Amino acid sequence: MSIEIRNVRKTFGDFVALDDVSVSVPTGRLTALLGPSGGGKSTLLRVVAGLEVPDSGAIEIEGRDATNLPARRRNVGFVFQHYAAFKHLSVARNVAFGLEIRRTPKAEIAERVDELLRLVHLESFAHRLPSQLSGGQRQRMALARALAIRPSVLLLDEPFGALDAKVRKELRDWLRRLHDEIPVTTVFVTHDQEEALEVADEIVVVNEGRIEQVGTPDDLYDRPANDFVMGFLGPVTRLGGVLVRPHDVHVEVLASVPASDDASSRPGGPVTGVVTRTTRVGFEVRAEVSAGDEVVSVVVTRAEARTLGLAAGVAVRLAPAQGAPTAPAAEPVAAAAPA
Amino acid sequence: MDSSPWVRRTLRAVVVVYLVLLVGWPVSLVAKNAFADGLETFQRAFADPSVLFALQLTAAVAVQVVLLSTVFGVGISLLVVRYDFPGKALLNALLDLPLSVSPIVVGLALVLVYGKNGWFGGALEEAGFRVIFAPPGIVLATAFVCLPLVIREIVPVLTELGTDEELAATSLGASRFQTFRRITLPAIKWAVVYGVVLTLARALGEFGAVKVVSGNFEGRTQTSTLLVEQRYQDFEQGTAYAVAFLLASVSVACIVAVTLLRSDDAAPARRPARPATRPATPSEVDA
Repeated sequence: MSIEIRNVRKTFGDFVALDDVSVSVPTGRLTALLGPSGGGKSTLLRVVAGLEVPDSGAIEIEGRDATNLPARRRNVGFVFQHYAAFKHLSVARNVAFGLEIRRTPKAEIAERVDELLRLVHLESFAHRLPSQLSGGQRQRMALARALAIRPSVLLLDEPFGALDAKVRKELRDWLRRLHDEIPVTTVFVTHDQEEALEVADEIVVVNEGRIEQVGTPDDLYDRPANDFVMGFLGPVTRLGGVLVRPHDVHVEVLASVPASDDASSRPGGPVTGVVTRTTRVGFEVRAEVSAGDEVVSVVVTRAEARTLGLAAGVAVRLAPAQGAPTAPAAEPVAAAAPA
Repeated sequence: MDSSPWVRRTLRAVVVVYLVLLVGWPVSLVAKNAFADGLETFQRAFADPSVLFALQLTAAVAVQVVLLSTVFGVGISLLVVRYDFPGKALLNALLDLPLSVSPIVVGLALVLVYGKNGWFGGALEEAGFRVIFAPPGIVLATAFVCLPLVIREIVPVLTELGTDEELAATSLGASRFQTFRRITLPAIKWAVVYGVVLTLARALGEFGAVKVVSGNFEGRTQTSTLLVEQRYQDFEQGTAYAVAFLLASVSVACIVAVTLLRSDDAAPARRPARPATRPATPSEVDA
């Protein structure tokens, strides 16, 4: 294990940012720390980098106890959300910074800077100032700067958070490819579950200062440990007292609504109800079904909707699709949690 | 805002008249009086050893005060912006004190502490180090008055800068000193320069506090401003005007120098050196 975090606790005044957190980050993988804002994921990353000192607990990086090691001796590459570009230095000097501090010979620095600028596709921008770059270019420069010191781990704190949606998408595909080329142990913080699911080999879900679940994207999506993880990783709806993903609902059209259906009392069992509304969004159709005291959200493809004849007023029986992940609903949940 | 031509013209006229009456006219009269007899007044003034001494003393004091203010100003600014400690609000208030308290009070306060009968001065004097009625007192009083000038220039810049760049440097292996020299100092460079220029101008012109602590002994502790006042009262107005003109010229030269330096240095950083080949993104525009 490349990073070993043991029983780390960190408070800011009365606020508990990290509450007895223990987690291992595997070597050479791309790991996402995923969770809502204020959940402690950035604090955890900064504790690993040595930018925050934990109240208690231990950090081990590559088998070496780093708990009391100052940030500058941890050999950790850190990338900030807002780039933290050295504004008065050219792109090349930014990338060279860590090497200059290490008194690397000039020729070697020049060679390494060239190599890294090619890697991040900024070779023609070497002599520009950061203010002459776009946001995405600045973040790639920051990444090259962090990689220049050949860090044992690379930490990225919401690296794409300040970028617009399109650049963000490009950059995360690029990060994935970059990681496949240079498999340095990487941990990145994000509150965007899509980003985590798409890019990461492994996801650590952090909430309210605690680890909710650790696993591969498939693990987390298909076998969520609890209702929080399920709700955070994708849309959910409440069906017969359990949480299920709206696209995992099996829909059967009935001739009429049965007056009473004893099956609906079984948790997770089929429920019957009436479609109150359908909305077409691109290739999918979203339907709201009023079933007893629940409003169930259902997502089907347009082809399915057409075959079923799904429309407002139609009576349906709903059940979680076979093998679909479910989680017990702790409390009544809004129709569809984070989209 | 209403910016009809009439309002604009009136506002402009009012401001111009106000500045002319308050600043332009009086200062130009000093220049006019200084040059009333051509260069003869200057020749006479600079032949006077007391004048030369006063100018040298003022220059020496100003240089020392600038050094003190720069070192402590940068240090205090870093402390106030980057660290939290009990009593920080109080310290912040104290830093503004020299701006709000009359320099005379500053002078008196220093005499109470460092004077012969002050609670610190006696011991110093026995050790052979005289503060009050000696140049160290003048430096001390001027430094006190100038204290906020550097700090108030740097603090907003440091606050705006944030800590990300410094933390990035640290994670790249830089020590505290390396981070300061390579990252923080270049970022606050212009704030420091402004602070220094303001301090220099203030140090050259300080009168009240210096008058109390120096004793105003001609040829020993008399600075240029004290000399101007004394010569003016002794009906040697020519000398007074000449020295006053010199003091004012140095201050103006400082401001001009900074303006030139800044436009030289800031221009390439703000605009691309070469015309940009792609349209500017919003993040570039606000950068």
